[in-house]
Amino acid sequence: MYAVFKRELFSFLSSMVAYITIGIFLLVSSLLLWFFPNTSLLDYGYAELGGFFSLVPYLFMFLIPAITMRSFAEERREGTYELLITKPITLWQIIIAKYLASLVLVLFALIPTLVYYYSISELGFPKGNIDSGAVIGSYIGLFLLGSAFTSIGIFASSLTKNQVIAFVICAGLCAFAFLGFDYTGQLITLQKFENTITALGINEHYVSISRGVLDTRDLIYFVSFSIVFLLFTKLIMGGKK
Amino acid sequence: MSISVKNLSKHYDKQKAVDSISFEAKPGRILGFLGPNGAGKSTTMRMLTGYLEPTSGEAEISGENISTHTIEAKKHIGYLPENTPLYSDMYVKEFLNFIGDAYNLSNLSARVDEVIKKVGLTPEQHKKIGMLSKGYRQRVGLAQAIIHNPAVLILDEPTSGLDPNQLVDIRALIKELGKDKTVVISTHIMQEVEAICDDIIIINKGKIVANNSLEGIKKAHQGSSLEDIFRKLTA
Repeated sequence: MYAVFKRELFSFLSSMVAYITIGIFLLVSSLLLWFFPNTSLLDYGYAELGGFFSLVPYLFMFLIPAITMRSFAEERREGTYELLITKPITLWQIIIAKYLASLVLVLFALIPTLVYYYSISELGFPKGNIDSGAVIGSYIGLFLLGSAFTSIGIFASSLTKNQVIAFVICAGLCAFAFLGFDYTGQLITLQKFENTITALGINEHYVSISRGVLDTRDLIYFVSFSIVFLLFTKLIMGGKK
Repeated sequence: MSISVKNLSKHYDKQKAVDSISFEAKPGRILGFLGPNGAGKSTTMRMLTGYLEPTSGEAEISGENISTHTIEAKKHIGYLPENTPLYSDMYVKEFLNFIGDAYNLSNLSARVDEVIKKVGLTPEQHKKIGMLSKGYRQRVGLAQAIIHNPAVLILDEPTSGLDPNQLVDIRALIKELGKDKTVVISTHIMQEVEAICDDIIIINKGKIVANNSLEGIKKAHQGSSLEDIFRKLTA
């Protein structure tokens, strides 16, 4: 399994995919956070990163599909999937390896944003006046959100040989998983079940972790979310036998 | 028996791609798998290598059942799929190291150098796979199939699309590998069968129509050419 993980990660890093997607992610988030007047932290006047953390899920809806769209789609198109699965590796190991490699790349995209935390903390009055607990919680939340989106991406990539279709399916599913349940719960006819329905969506759990309180229920939600989508992937790929 | 197949079938809805075939292959012999396009050659090979799940029947590779002991059985197989799929973004050595890692080989870098030499990749070993010509790609495909020194080699049309010089090289290589391994190759080229195969199985519409040694099959058809025999059995 480690062999597949290593290959996936190296193929990200040796192609331009990783640098371009992560580069654009950082560029856009920096522009929105520091330069564009409507969303700029400098105009906002408070030393907190809340704006950043509510923005990133939307950027992830494009970043993560771009990272995961190749994983199974390309293997099947090129026929290398046949090469891979006839090695003494199980399908489950391949899925986990691809999932983890993509997740590491998401982590690579997040790490440079720690600079924002440092800058804000330096700009605060007095210096260092920032709610570090909330920031740490929010980063954990972002990572878990990324892991959920990545599992959706791997699943979407197993559905088709076409990377563009995989991208669109993943972005759509991510958007729905993040916001769809909230909106569905607000429909007049479903308002009786609003709490239950919103609890199914990612947003509720993400916001809850962002407050800086790591609730095991949220953790379990995110872990099982990933497992469910990876199991779907196994079902799809295994069903092609 | 290195390969033992009993009543193996693969059905797609009502179409029987492979219809209850049984055969065996022995070590030290090269088995030629012949048949028209769509006869079920690739499907059979894919079932033997664990890529496809048989609808019914069983196959054993070196005594390991491919459906129940898949991982164990796969360790004994070297497989070159049809059209030689390879990761074209990888370098030759990097790719062979990756395949060796997948087999958990120890002393890998020495083994990689050894197979590179064996398949004649030395002049191209520092290139990216995507930059190689078809003949060299085929050699990379063979190198990844033999890197773990498997008892069974399954090669799906290993010589399609090669020029006459490359053909001779690759055939010689397969012939040499066949000395101590069980080799199954599929092909359309009758001269190739005459040149390297010891045994022949002809398959048509998912059924075996001939299973004999090369001499045996010629004797049974009063010395007519292999091409005529093929046409007679599959037309």
